[in-house]
Amino acid sequence: MATYSTNEFRSGLKLLLDGDPCVILENEFVKPGKGQAFNRVKLRNLKTGRVNEKTFKSGESVEGADVVDTDMQYLYYDGEFWHFMVPDTFEQHAADEKVVGEAKDWLKEQDLCQVTLWNGQPLLVAPPNFVELKIVETDPGVRGDTATGGQKPAKLETGAVVRVPLFIEEGEVIRVDTRTGAYVSRVK
Amino acid sequence: MPTSPASSNSPPWQPTASLAALRLRASLLAECRAFFAARGLLEVETPQLSAAAATDLHLESLQVRAPGGGLEGWLHTSPEFPMKRLLAAGVGDCWQLARVFRGGEQGRRHNPEFSLLEWYRVGWDAARLMDEVDGFLRALAAGRRPLGPTARLTYREAFRAHAGFDPFAVDAAGVATALRAAGVAAPAELEDDLAAGLDLALALLVEPALDPARPTFIHEFPASHAALARVRPGDPPVAERFELFLGGMELANGFHELTDAAEQRSRFSADLAARTARGLAAPPVDGRLLAALEHGLPACAGVALGFDRLVMLLAGADDIRTVLAFGWGDA
Repeated sequence: MATYSTNEFRSGLKLLLDGDPCVILENEFVKPGKGQAFNRVKLRNLKTGRVNEKTFKSGESVEGADVVDTDMQYLYYDGEFWHFMVPDTFEQHAADEKVVGEAKDWLKEQDLCQVTLWNGQPLLVAPPNFVELKIVETDPGVRGDTATGGQKPAKLETGAVVRVPLFIEEGEVIRVDTRTGAYVSRVK
Repeated sequence: MPTSPASSNSPPWQPTASLAALRLRASLLAECRAFFAARGLLEVETPQLSAAAATDLHLESLQVRAPGGGLEGWLHTSPEFPMKRLLAAGVGDCWQLARVFRGGEQGRRHNPEFSLLEWYRVGWDAARLMDEVDGFLRALAAGRRPLGPTARLTYREAFRAHAGFDPFAVDAAGVATALRAAGVAAPAELEDDLAAGLDLALALLVEPALDPARPTFIHEFPASHAALARVRPGDPPVAERFELFLGGMELANGFHELTDAAEQRSRFSADLAARTARGLAAPPVDGRLLAALEHGLPACAGVALGFDRLVMLLAGADDIRTVLAFGWGDA
């Protein structure tokens, strides 16, 4: 893998630090007058999700991490692994629960997700920002109540539970924002 | 909205500065000229392209080569050396606004090409020049940015107050410990690099703690940070150097100038040895400056002020690109 000099640091660059792949969130060049220059970098560890800060002497080189984001179609769950496919090449990848994490609440077969590969292996799965899922369980709807703003829990086909307006019925399909887990609208 | 293929392929061409910032720049430049003209300083222009370059360990001079050969040189990182040759030739008090170049310096407060306002006062010392820098700053800030009373701290006082240690008594490990205690993830190499540790502590512990509304001079640096300033013997010896901070930014750096040719020659050699040890390029030493010092540089004080940063402070900008017509990357 390539190495990157601090001069090439920019947000989005992926580095290998202490054996873990990290992505640069912020890079600040610090140079006291006539003195040693430094790069203060805020990084997210892509394995743990933790954000931390590191200071490098400017001019230093750091090994890059072979991390690529790829759009893949979610195929199916076999009880242990979630399977994904690159639509253009039909190349398939299997991801375990640790990799899929909270995304599993939003995975619907055929949907396009972003799968992050590290050295060719799935590292992270990000669901689409919006998904359309069927309600499999909720209290009966209150007819005509579209204005009071009351809410009730509803269980979706993936097992996730979201808050929906009172007028929504079991069996209906709704649109959900996966970044917040919030109900967006009814899908006809 | 449909976009034609031609327009989606063309690079961004618009200025990185607003029209208001460009107008402010122009006004400040005119006020600068008036300020120095009123005080009788001669405006000079010296070459950007020279045969020699700065040897400073932390400056990266850009090298220029004609593609067909026949011309080779270096872009200056400051106009200091030729201005000192003019002073040695008897030009007297002088100033210039120079476009200078420094490789590898890019960030919110750094652009590889920038404008340095540099001036020299014959027969003055650092204290007197600090007063004039303060007067200059207040003249240009008037009606644009309210300034609190000016503060003057020695390097030692500033570190004791804001970094929690005495920079003249501490060792490299002590600086690294103080940085870590303040939550700075300092690189491991700082454990045995005192000068770099002090630089990082100045930037991350001292600078942010200074009152952003008060122009603050830090002066009397350790001899290790003398650069081109004279060192006053004593216990400890101190470099007659100052830096001006305002709005959380370093704005200017000044020296009671070193005039001793032998001392200058040995600092150049030490710089080159340090550069070689780190595997850095060793640019040609300015023999013409040394010859001028041997002839005799009058006792003087000089200061270099980041003009773009001054525009930033008075425009309320927090990214240097927004006060440059075209910042690097769009140039």
